[in-house]
Amino acid sequence: MIINHPILGPRDAQEFVYLGDANLINRPDGLTASPQEMHDYVYLRTNPAGEHRELWYHEQGDRSWLVVTRNTVTHEITKVELARDVARQMGRSK
Amino acid sequence: MAKHDLNPLTALGHDLPEVIAIGPYLIKERFDVALASVAMRRGRDKDLAKAAKAAGVPLPAPARAEIVTPYSAFWVAPEMWIVEADFGSHEDIAGHLKLVLGDAASITEQTDAWVRFDISAADLSPLLERLSNLDLASLPIGYASRTVIEHLGAYLIKRRETEVTLYGPRASAQSLLHALEVTAKSVI
Repeated sequence: MIINHPILGPRDAQEFVYLGDANLINRPDGLTASPQEMHDYVYLRTNPAGEHRELWYHEQGDRSWLVVTRNTVTHEITKVELARDVARQMGRSK
Repeated sequence: MAKHDLNPLTALGHDLPEVIAIGPYLIKERFDVALASVAMRRGRDKDLAKAAKAAGVPLPAPARAEIVTPYSAFWVAPEMWIVEADFGSHEDIAGHLKLVLGDAASITEQTDAWVRFDISAADLSPLLERLSNLDLASLPIGYASRTVIEHLGAYLIKRRETEVTLYGPRASAQSLLHALEVTAKSVI
């Protein structure tokens, strides 16, 4: 599998480490979130057969976190973004 | 101050750096280079660019290395570089850089964290295509990237068509050299 890194271009998936659902970016505020919200964030994941947004870490490259949109059925990758940019667009990491 | 007579050792544990010739491949250990990492602090793009320019510290574009004197640098991550300088004149490279870059960047000394091998040969591809998944022949001169060699993460810089630099973890210096030697012997 080849991941088209937004800065470095096509790189072998071997260089990356997979973390999981990109929804991990949306951590609720630990001081105000209810225990239920925190529980859902920590333990609940959807497991779609189809398009999935997931976090990959370019460990043997530039050490950046990426949000990869991948079809879990065909393994087709349709979009690769820097997780930093995605998080900032959502108003995080100000 | 305590009196001592300790001798500095190279990454491979000797007094002098190793030079190994295997067929057409020449592998030279280098220990005359001081290293520091420079990471831009958030939102300080302009301050850092200005200070670096004034001080002659190159901050190359992604996947690039820039070789000038006294400072050379290669890109390692978004807004982060490793700066190289001559060990003789810049042993305290982090101190030098902190003076000129101020608080626009976070700087850490890296000199003793890495082992450096300069590898030269008329054609390096047969050796490196067996060690790394970077396609050396198609890379432009001045390309720099982290890659995996055997199980080790290493930085590869293509300095010339006939010369590359590898920076590997110093604690695994002998393992990296072993990988180079075994591979070189198998392709000559």
